[in-house]
Parts: sequence; structure tokens; C-alpha cells
Amino acid sequence: MRQRLYPLEDLEDIPGTTVFTAKRSRQAYHLHKFCMSLMDADNRNAFKADERAYLDRFRMTEEQKQAVLDRDFNGLIELGGNIYFLVKLSNTDGWSTQKAVGSMSGMTADEYAAMMRDGGRSPEGQRSKREGN
Amino acid sequence: MARITAGIATSHVPAIGAAFDQGRDRDAYWAPVFAGYEWVKGWIRDNTPDVVILCYNDHASAMMLDIVPTFALGFAEEFEPADEGWGARPVPTVIGDPDLAGHLAEQLVIDDFDLTIMNAMDVDHGLTVPLSLMFGKVEEWPCRVIPLAVNVTQFPTPSADRCWQLGRAIRDAVAAYPEDLDVQIWGTGGMSHQLQGSRAGLINPEFDVAFLDKLANGAEDLRNITRLEFLREAGSEGIELIMWLIMRAALGPKVEELHRFYHVPASNTAVGHTVLRPA
Repeated sequence: MRQRLYPLEDLEDIPGTTVFTAKRSRQAYHLHKFCMSLMDADNRNAFKADERAYLDRFRMTEEQKQAVLDRDFNGLIELGGNIYFLVKLSNTDGWSTQKAVGSMSGMTADEYAAMMRDGGRSPEGQRSKREGN
Repeated sequence: MARITAGIATSHVPAIGAAFDQGRDRDAYWAPVFAGYEWVKGWIRDNTPDVVILCYNDHASAMMLDIVPTFALGFAEEFEPADEGWGARPVPTVIGDPDLAGHLAEQLVIDDFDLTIMNAMDVDHGLTVPLSLMFGKVEEWPCRVIPLAVNVTQFPTPSADRCWQLGRAIRDAVAAYPEDLDVQIWGTGGMSHQLQGSRAGLINPEFDVAFLDKLANGAEDLRNITRLEFLREAGSEGIELIMWLIMRAALGPKVEELHRFYHVPASNTAVGHTVLRPA
């Protein structure tokens, strides 16, 4: 068996970063099924007409449903979600990917857009919780 | 005999596709991005391949929910642009090459790559944005395309070295194909970006430029970058850069860099683009 090049826990060592694993993928399966259902215009209309009723068609947890209703993207990622599924929701809302992504950064959309125009977030101090570099 | 004549790498940011489709490519924000692709649009008019093997990742459009293939080869005659939540991009249907794809699948499995075969799938911005950037607005794409989808989303992704090995095997497989075909290989995605959490918006120009430098000269070193290092240095979505290594390895030991472009930002992402030719 091949040796790992680093301890698996190191994947948890990156600040503000949740690594999407098979386990998380399973945890979010029904949430993601909901997200992918929004690739169909009829489903998007049904969701917009009554978000709660539409969400109840899926075997998602109550927390996942609430986080969708709140458009709480950090919460959705904590509950197993991955951004490539979640943007189906923000696309349905007519949000840009930048707006959806920026909503997780603790900044306003304008602040986030300005940071990106200025060259983005520096990796300095953002590489490792342990090393603080 | 078929031969790989060139490799192209490019980011495949969805917002670039939206700007392209909505005619915002001359806006102050987008003009510098599209200017970086003017050179390749001219070059590819004179160097249009018969087939592009296009390495990209599916963004939870055709896979990733029920099936998560590490490497998936598109086998259909046609691939429709996917509806990613705001209607499908108004771009032509992508025409495949099931004959060459069949040859690749056979040869790559013999070479110990346990490929998934996709007999039907839609293709998302990961595949269609690069086509728009190279070919512009067209009625139909000027060449056939074999999609090669790589899992860069769910851990563990394939390693950089595994992608390198796959690229080398693709080179051998193409060279063994009896038909006289001009084949290009494209690696897409990247460069540094992170689309989640409090570290969202991470951009690392030092890492990106070093990666571009090595791609042209010293690419073997890139095989040793671990998944963890990609995440730390290039952001959680920057690991898409492993797909560039499939492209690079398929070009053989030495390359000539014909063109390079780097720009920050496009939406959340550092845009990188290079055109390489086997030397």
C-alpha cells in the first residue's frame, strides 16, 4: 500500500477551507440532488413559486433546508455541500458566482468585488492554522 | 498516423462565458481578459486541429452526484451544452469523435488507466468556455472534441503525477492511431482560486507564474506538487491545475511556448492561458 505524503488531518489545517470528501458528498447527497434539479426550468419555476414546498420533495435535513432558504452558503458547506452544486441555487437566483462566493467571505459584495479587482486575497497567513503562515 | 501538434491551457471561468454570451467582452472589466485571447484566435485559424482532446472538470452538471468518475472519456457523437441553472449557453452542439475515443479508451485501459466511458452527457462551462475563447462566436465548432472529464472536486482527486502519467499514455495512444489526424490537447481550469469560506477570493500570482514557467521549462517538477500543496497555495479550486499536466505530458519531453497570458481577476479567479508546441 502506498504511503500518504502527508497526514490526512493536514487537510483540516487550511484556514477557512473545507475539503469536499466522499463522506461529505454522502452527507449532502439529497441537498445536492435538490441543487441539480435546478438545471431544469420547470423545476426552477416550481422552486421559486414555493421554496419550502419544493424543498420538502427532497430528503434533506431540516438544517439543510433552512440554510437553502437563508441562502447561507457557509452553512450549506458546513452541512456537506460543495460550491459546484450550490451555484445551481445562486444561478437560479440570478446571482453571479462572485456574489455567491463573496457571501461566504464575511465581506459585503462591494468589498469583495473591490478586493478581487485589487488582485484578490493574498495567501500570506492563510496557508496553515498550525504554522500561522 | 495521428499526432499531437499543440497543447493549449486556459482557465474556464463561467463568468467569462456569461460576458461572452451577453456581448460584454468590451466592457472595461472584461476587455483585458478577452484581449489575452486575441493571439490564439488568430493562431488557431491557421492551426485548426481535426480533433481536440479537451481535459476539463464537470461542475456537478453531468456527474458528481450519483457517479464520481476519476477520469471519464466522452464517447457520444454529440454533447449538448448543459443548463447550469440559468439556461444552456447559446453555443453550438459539441461534435465528438467516437472512433478516436474508442481507440483511446482501449489503449488507455490496456495501459492500466481504469477509465469511465460516458455514452451520453451534457457538457458545462468547463468545456464550452475554452471553445468560445479559442474559436469565438461560430455557427459550429470547427473541429471534433473528445471530452476528458477529471474529478478535481471530491477528495481524493487524482494526483498531479497520475495526471502526468495519463497525459503520457494519451500521447502514445494518439501516436498509435492509424488515421492521419491533427490532434490538439487542451488542459483547462485554474489558475489559483478559492470559491468557499473565509478564504474565498484567494489568488497566488507567485505560485501561478512559477507554474507557467515550469510548464514551459522543467515541467517534471510539477509532478511532485501534492494535493495539499495545491489547496494551500492555489486555493481549494486551484487544484484544477492538475488537468494542465495531462496536456503538458501529452506533448512529450520538451516544448516551445508560443504564447502566454496571465490576468487577475476574472470574477473569483486568476486567468492563465498558454499555447505550447512539442519541440
